[in-house]
Amino acid sequence: MPDLSAPSISYAGLAPVLLVLSAACIGVLVEAFAPRHLRWNAQVAIALLGTIGAVAAAVLLAGRNELTAARAVAVDGASLFLEGTIAALGALSILMFAERSLDPAKSAFVASAALPVGSASDRKLASAPYSQTEVFPLASFAIGGMMLFAASNNLLVMFVALEVLSLPLYLICGMARRRRLLSQEAAVKYFLLGSFASAFFLYGLALIYGFAGTVDLGELREAAAGSGSSDALFIAGLALLVVGLLFKAGIAPFHAWTPDVYQGAPTPVTALMAACTKVAAFGAILRLLYVGFGTSEWTWRPLIYSIAIVSMVVGAILGVTQTDVKRMLAYSSIAHAGFLLVGVIALGDNSTAGRGLASTLFYLLTYGLMTVGSFAVVTLVRDGDGEATHLSKWAGLASRSPLTAAVMTLFLLALAGLPLTSGFTGKFAVFRAAIEDGAWPLVVVALLTSAIAAFFYLRLVVLMYFSAPAEDGPTVGVPGLPTTIVLAVTAAATVILGLAPGAVLDLVEQAAVLVG
Amino acid sequence: MTHFPFLVILIGLPLVAGVGLLAVPEHRHDLIRRVTLLVSLVVLGLSVLMTVAFEPTGPRFQFVQSYPWIPDFGVRFSLGVDGIALVMILLIGVLVPVVVGASWNEGTDAGRGAGRGGSMRAFFAWLLVLEALMVGVFAATDIFLFYVFFEAMLVPMYFLIGSFGGPRRQYAAVKFFLYSLVGGLIMLAAVIGLYVVSANEIGQGTFAFDALRQISIDPDLQKLLFLGFFIAFAIKAPLVPFHTWLPDAGAEAPIGGAVLLVGVLDKVGTFGFLRYCLPLFPDASRAFAPAILVLAVLGILYGALLAMGQTDMKRLVAYTSIAHFGFIALGVFAFTTQAGTGAVLYMVNHGISTGALFLIVGILISRGKSRTIGDYGGVSSVAPLLAGAFLLAGLSSLALPGTNSFVSEFLVLIGSFGPYPVFSILATVGIILAALYILLMYQRTMHGPIKASTRGFKDLNKREMAYLSPLLALIIVLGVYPKPLLDIITPAVNATMADVGAAQSSAPPEGGGGD
Repeated sequence: MPDLSAPSISYAGLAPVLLVLSAACIGVLVEAFAPRHLRWNAQVAIALLGTIGAVAAAVLLAGRNELTAARAVAVDGASLFLEGTIAALGALSILMFAERSLDPAKSAFVASAALPVGSASDRKLASAPYSQTEVFPLASFAIGGMMLFAASNNLLVMFVALEVLSLPLYLICGMARRRRLLSQEAAVKYFLLGSFASAFFLYGLALIYGFAGTVDLGELREAAAGSGSSDALFIAGLALLVVGLLFKAGIAPFHAWTPDVYQGAPTPVTALMAACTKVAAFGAILRLLYVGFGTSEWTWRPLIYSIAIVSMVVGAILGVTQTDVKRMLAYSSIAHAGFLLVGVIALGDNSTAGRGLASTLFYLLTYGLMTVGSFAVVTLVRDGDGEATHLSKWAGLASRSPLTAAVMTLFLLALAGLPLTSGFTGKFAVFRAAIEDGAWPLVVVALLTSAIAAFFYLRLVVLMYFSAPAEDGPTVGVPGLPTTIVLAVTAAATVILGLAPGAVLDLVEQAAVLVG
Repeated sequence: MTHFPFLVILIGLPLVAGVGLLAVPEHRHDLIRRVTLLVSLVVLGLSVLMTVAFEPTGPRFQFVQSYPWIPDFGVRFSLGVDGIALVMILLIGVLVPVVVGASWNEGTDAGRGAGRGGSMRAFFAWLLVLEALMVGVFAATDIFLFYVFFEAMLVPMYFLIGSFGGPRRQYAAVKFFLYSLVGGLIMLAAVIGLYVVSANEIGQGTFAFDALRQISIDPDLQKLLFLGFFIAFAIKAPLVPFHTWLPDAGAEAPIGGAVLLVGVLDKVGTFGFLRYCLPLFPDASRAFAPAILVLAVLGILYGALLAMGQTDMKRLVAYTSIAHFGFIALGVFAFTTQAGTGAVLYMVNHGISTGALFLIVGILISRGKSRTIGDYGGVSSVAPLLAGAFLLAGLSSLALPGTNSFVSEFLVLIGSFGPYPVFSILATVGIILAALYILLMYQRTMHGPIKASTRGFKDLNKREMAYLSPLLALIIVLGVYPKPLLDIITPAVNATMADVGAAQSSAPPEGGGGD
């Protein structure tokens, strides 16, 4: 038996992930030992410190290109950019978690998740100003898992990260204070379908190991380079891995969970899922396809090509039929996932590197910011029963609260990809990358579906501005400091990345490095 | 060469003022509308000064300014005007103060129709932002920048229609937005395609119009790219069969919005034909020209026939515009300098005469509270000035000799008769139809027995006279003496025709005192 020696680990390179995960561990200890009245503030502070620290660490590490922990984790431009993006979006989501002034019971999270819905003690606690502060460490674990997911250069680490990010999310999905049954249903659905996806991924991993004898992405690429087209293990393994990742990214036809879970989960959690999980899943997709299967583009390109079309079409067309804001945004996220895949296509050939990686990274950042922002607006519009998410309730919102309507309109126009917003810059970047790569039919489909999707974004604008206010309409809550910060940051970023995106485009250009 | 930065100010001033209006309290109506009027008059003054400073025989693009914007995309914030863009900016300068005058009470209780919720501050803020973007779209010499203005322009117009329009304003606003957006997105594909072509041809991707004009593109690819641009502009212009949004948008928009929509926004389409389709894709333009001319003539006849069938005055005026846009497209794609010059002059004249027509119809509607022609009758005996203004604007719209439109229509017809006599003759039928629909509307509303609903009609008040008189004066002046405009337009059209490789007509444009 050969000697087992511990691999050398560059703790500095892993600092962003470690910071968030240690914040999560400290959070668990706080939960166990700190008195209840201190917990909320302590948990918020710890979770924010962890995520913001991670952003800072990612910025400080910029320029590093190495593989660490026995080639299992990549520290390179792309992983650092993604880690920074996930941590930043995670910090914004945690700010939404920490909002105290919108719900009369001071939190969007349930007081005691274990109580059966409708039981006597549940009713008693419904308006109690307590809540499960475990959501903060859970969210930190999920964010840490996402960061590792996007940075892993090894299929096993990727799988572990997938589970680390998924399990806490399943839990916090079910912890809404209002409409608890819907929330719990969402959690169960997410858990069941997510387990399937994990199983797919694991099975694909096993097949790929059978084919290549390795789970390291770099070694896998060398093994794949010599493979013939008839290698069933390789093709099946790749397909199953991709299915698992597409599920996590919420891409049609593996999107079925998205609308239900987005609708049922507490809105801050929805924001976390819609923004961070998507960034992480696309990080993993990029790394898997570009690093692991970069030399066998012929195998995945037709697959991604067709799935991109399906996702854009499904997201845009089904989005039109939605009557609930959160479901509408869910279908919007499915369509946007399709647009992101348009960028993923543009790997480029061997002679010239495509702009796929850089443009996808940029799109992920812009998409994440406007998504968090739009869900933050959703938390503001409330009636007696919690958030008023039915579209009809939004009628005439502009006359009741012009600022809220204006901010929402900004996000909607950005999601629709109107010029002078970040959404347009992002779309332009991925479409240019795809056309340069010769995928112009895909871009034409993307443009047509953008037009369809614009219809449902506009419909909400029409409702807010051009319709008479509903009689028993919702009230627009006055956001506390955390949500105000989220709205200010996301709205400013949406405008700035639309007007003057130069610096960030430079950044993603430099960050578009994958080692391994 | 340093020069006064006209274009940046023409874009920046209304934009800043429009955003600044949001800081003014909503109830200070007088302050809001006076500031708007002042700003729009300053813009008018500057655009007149710019026209004076423009040298028709000088370089093609003047008042050029260029700043780096998004270097990673190869995008520059480049502005500059040729004669065509200059006269369009001048038209904007004239129309916006007029629209401000016509919308003086927009958003107040007096100006507010049933169920309309918009505020005056919002109206004038959007109006000023729209003005800035309209100037930008004509002044951009970077195609990416042009695209940005082209799409961004939709937002203020969308809110103007949606918040201040008629009963079906939601439907009309969304239809307008989606039609234009679809066209714009198709154009975006072509814009990116053009960038990629330029990257292959000259090693570095660019959106600069002058650089793109000089690269030669494979003819098959040219056709695809041409179609991308053409569809966007054909929707915007609009040409039949892409026109169905215009009657809805034109009819439901508030009068001020309708004037700018039909008078300026739609011209971006025909301007785009001239500025982008022809010079960038000369081979494709020549290949598609016959088909487009069929659409143009179809538009002239179809628009005129539909106009005759309308009972709603605003829809009628919108349909006449479809016919007029057919004339403009005929002039553009006939590929002669005469027809091209006529088309550009037509773009200006149509803005003036249709603008006046919309404003007068708007006055009628504000008095009679109905858009239906049948609800009016005998207005000329209670409001003679109103009837007179209506007649003059109508005669201009049907291109009576002595009015501005005659010059342009004549140039288009005579310029297209050489290469395409059949189309030219068919288009002439459109003039006869125009006389029918305009005069029938005039007769039904202004003459005949006084209907009960029109009995108490007040004649034009001072404000109405103030904003109508510039347009009515221009109708006469440009009908008699169009030379200054033609001098500016002709060199630019010549250059465009040279780009497309069309034979130069040696004779200078003539007709209607043209030269």
